[in-house]
Amino acid sequence: MGMKKSVIAALFLVLILLPASSLMATSVYKVGGIFSSTGRASFLGDPEKKTMEMMVEKINAEGGIDGHMLEAVIYDSEGDPAKAVSAVNKLIHKDKVLAIVGPSTTPTTLAIVNFVERAQVPLISCAAGVKITTPVKPWVFKTAQSDLLAVAAVYQHMKNAGIKKIGILTVSNSFGESGKMQLLDQAQDFGIEVVQVESFGAKDTDTTTQLTKIKAASPDAIVCWGTNPGPAVVAKNVKQLKIDIPLYQSHGVASPKFIELAGDAAEGIILPTGKILVTELLDDKDSQKKILEGYQTDYSAKFNSNVSGFGGYAFDAVNMLANALKGSNGDKNKIRLALENTRNHVGATGEFNFSDKDHNGLSPEAFVMVEIKNGTWKLID
Amino acid sequence: MYALADCFRLKRQNGSDMDDNKIKNRIEHAVFICIILVLGLFTQNTYYLQIMTFIGINTLLALGLNMLIGYAGQISLGHAAFYGIGAYTTAILSGTFGISPWLSLLCAIGVAVLIAFVVGLPTLRLSGYYLGMGTLGFGMIVNILFREWSSVTGGSSGFVGIPVLEAGKVSFMSGQNYFFLVWGVVLGAILMCRRILASRMGRALRSIHDGEKASLAVGVNTHYLKLQIFMFSASLGAVAGFLYAHFVLFISPESFGFMVSVKMVTMVVIGGMASVWGALLGASLLTLLPEVLHGFAEYEMIVFGLILMVVMIFMPQGLTRGFLDMYEKARKKRQ
Amino acid sequence: MQEIIQYLFSGITTGAIYAVIAVGLSMLYSSTELINFAHGEFVMIGAMSMVTFWVHMALPLPVAIGCTLALGCALGLLFERFAIRTARNPQPIVLVIITVGASIFLRGTGMIVWGKDPFSVPPFSNHESLEIFGAALLPQSIWIVAAALLLAGGIHFFLKRTLTGKAMVASAVNQKAAWLSGIPPERMAVLAFAISTGCGAVAGIFIAPVTMSSYDMGTILGLKGFCAAMIGGLGSLWGAFAGGILLGVLESLGAGLISSGLKDAIAFILLLLILYVRPGGLFSAKEAKRF
Repeated sequence: MGMKKSVIAALFLVLILLPASSLMATSVYKVGGIFSSTGRASFLGDPEKKTMEMMVEKINAEGGIDGHMLEAVIYDSEGDPAKAVSAVNKLIHKDKVLAIVGPSTTPTTLAIVNFVERAQVPLISCAAGVKITTPVKPWVFKTAQSDLLAVAAVYQHMKNAGIKKIGILTVSNSFGESGKMQLLDQAQDFGIEVVQVESFGAKDTDTTTQLTKIKAASPDAIVCWGTNPGPAVVAKNVKQLKIDIPLYQSHGVASPKFIELAGDAAEGIILPTGKILVTELLDDKDSQKKILEGYQTDYSAKFNSNVSGFGGYAFDAVNMLANALKGSNGDKNKIRLALENTRNHVGATGEFNFSDKDHNGLSPEAFVMVEIKNGTWKLID
Repeated sequence: MYALADCFRLKRQNGSDMDDNKIKNRIEHAVFICIILVLGLFTQNTYYLQIMTFIGINTLLALGLNMLIGYAGQISLGHAAFYGIGAYTTAILSGTFGISPWLSLLCAIGVAVLIAFVVGLPTLRLSGYYLGMGTLGFGMIVNILFREWSSVTGGSSGFVGIPVLEAGKVSFMSGQNYFFLVWGVVLGAILMCRRILASRMGRALRSIHDGEKASLAVGVNTHYLKLQIFMFSASLGAVAGFLYAHFVLFISPESFGFMVSVKMVTMVVIGGMASVWGALLGASLLTLLPEVLHGFAEYEMIVFGLILMVVMIFMPQGLTRGFLDMYEKARKKRQ
Repeated sequence: MQEIIQYLFSGITTGAIYAVIAVGLSMLYSSTELINFAHGEFVMIGAMSMVTFWVHMALPLPVAIGCTLALGCALGLLFERFAIRTARNPQPIVLVIITVGASIFLRGTGMIVWGKDPFSVPPFSNHESLEIFGAALLPQSIWIVAAALLLAGGIHFFLKRTLTGKAMVASAVNQKAAWLSGIPPERMAVLAFAISTGCGAVAGIFIAPVTMSSYDMGTILGLKGFCAAMIGGLGSLWGAFAGGILLGVLESLGAGLISSGLKDAIAFILLLLILYVRPGGLFSAKEAKRF
């Protein structure tokens, strides 16, 4: 009896351990993807992964690149730096990809930067952190707007609204921390004084304590820097404590999910966002509008869900990579040079102008400020 | 391969006049060295070398924790703290202050041992779930420090700028060099653990595991002994952290959180408690499993959880013992 | 002064959440001497089921609560029957790893069933927040505190006043003696498990409206609950309750008066201090013992 059980257990193990077979194909351009499609940052990685799959399918349907089909090898980093390192080595040395898109978060990107530099494989990250492309590393690019620009957009709006004193409340992960650094660094340039700095845990159930402390410092506005779901809790708590000053949020919550989570409490919140969120509201002359509409139609047709700005990062990365692959003959250095010489590329996130000094290539125009009104977004100015 | 054959010849010749156990150990070590040499010299693919390097680092962690859990019978749910202390100490000293990494290795061990002493002194008086919770709390506090002390540790965005290890003209950058460095350290650690276990201290340790009060009664200073083992296991953790930091060249608090502590305990228990090779097996399995489970994509967590449960339900002694038992039973049946 | 009162209110709300979770853990410990590391996942299942039953299927609130509770208990039953009882060698560390495995399994299942996005649940009663001394108190906080009190009281009554409850205590004190006097220990264990995971689901039901629910919310809640149960003294129901409130209040005061970044550290430092000074927890007469 006991014997039988053990045998079953062992058989079960063997079955599980059988490696997933991989398909081999000739004359394809292999590109890698590392996204945190599960885990804490899955709200970033999931749309990014889907977008990449969709784009590759589309490029192949149109005949591939110079006659080569594209093949995407995508791994899940789960937002864990160690897993990202293992994935990047697998992509470089086992799958032998020409270039890599992702990862989705700043720590996972920073963790693999050394490996792609050493192996000389182009990387286009979808993470926000400024540290990724400053100082410039030859093989590392990124498509996500830096928090530097987001903070500048928020502060510009505050300056126009005559806000002088602010309290800031950031989530205690890399996104919040990077935001906090930028908020503190740039405050002086806009004549703004930060009177109270607080933080909250990504899984905190309540933030009234921090808000009470901020309220006591009597600021003119509160800035909350975080990614869902924490900021929705903050928004609710602000309403519950009847704090009657403007609440600014970051581009980290720029998705319809935030309005759904915060409900009534979302009313009146001001935040910076990529244009993707407000495509319909954009002026017809806006060069990005057409591209955004195309992406949205494709994405919702395929996945039956709305696009988010995060998927847009992967959209731009894959597009620019596809352009760079043209005529490269699979030479990584040529791909890198082509990426670096990308100019005036209008993408979902903004207009990219890469150079040897700038591997992010976006200008402050990549952000617009929106306010949440009647459960939907409204463009400001 | 010759070395392997030599070992067997050695066994046949000297089997009668040498202590059986000693020979068995020597053979095991020789086989182990051979396997490492073969794997290291013939694996060209950097990806596989890197996976095996991670296995080595995890083996160090499991070895240290196994001394504590498997032999001394004391649980720790916060051991990733020492792993992190090792990594952060060397990162800060060699990265920020430009001290030679080898010197910072010594500092890392020193800091870990010191902290283990200070924390272990009151904590090891606890037992059972209370000890588990005490160590868990310690692990959480250390992790929060890594995160919040951002001016020094780089905060949750992580620490960038850890130098590559160098010894003379040899740079420990290529996969092979680092592979041999890590597995050399693992071999040293295995020998050290076995030395300790064979000593008087080892016997005293096992007596604590079997019954703390009884061993106290026969004159074993249990608290002091537990503290020593705790410090030893912390130092192995710190060495593993050092190796991790100079391999990946980037560290962030997430790599040393609560789930990592749990993973370490799992390695020890799955592999088989109170067994040096069990630690190796557990570390290998838990490092390889996620790689293999990639194929399951969304279902990875479910499968991983199931495996953990199934192994523990049917082979509570760990896989090493579980497989040995199965083998024994099968043999008996045949006879 | 006004701030301090607000900190206290916030602390009591969070503390009551910890308390409900801790009561479930403590109840299981007192009757089986087992700590269930998957307890936080049952909280998650409670909260997420509320999303399904109440928000998506639009069932009436009492029905939704009933369904969620039934689901929590049923899963606990299955868990005990298939994972805990089949274990060949119920050594505590083995059981701990089994429950850890179960927590990963349940989290993975939650991710498949409910997806990766967080959800929000409306409050049970749509009142404005009450103002007391200029500090705001949420109606949902009162719900949570009431739930915690009711739960601890109910279980206390069950264990001390009903025959089944007394049998359960008896089988926890000495299983063989209990068996000799005709108490079926397996049935007691299964019952204890179902009640405990049911408590977890209750915690989920009541906290869903104050916070956002997602498949990975359970781990940290489970840990905090564990922490609270330890502070109060494992196995003591009222200790768990008091431990939870104390933990919540001190966390909130720590965040308010010292630093919000160190909030969690403060909770764990408190835990360590209590373990060092009074290893059995604040309210436990029993001495801390081995597994």
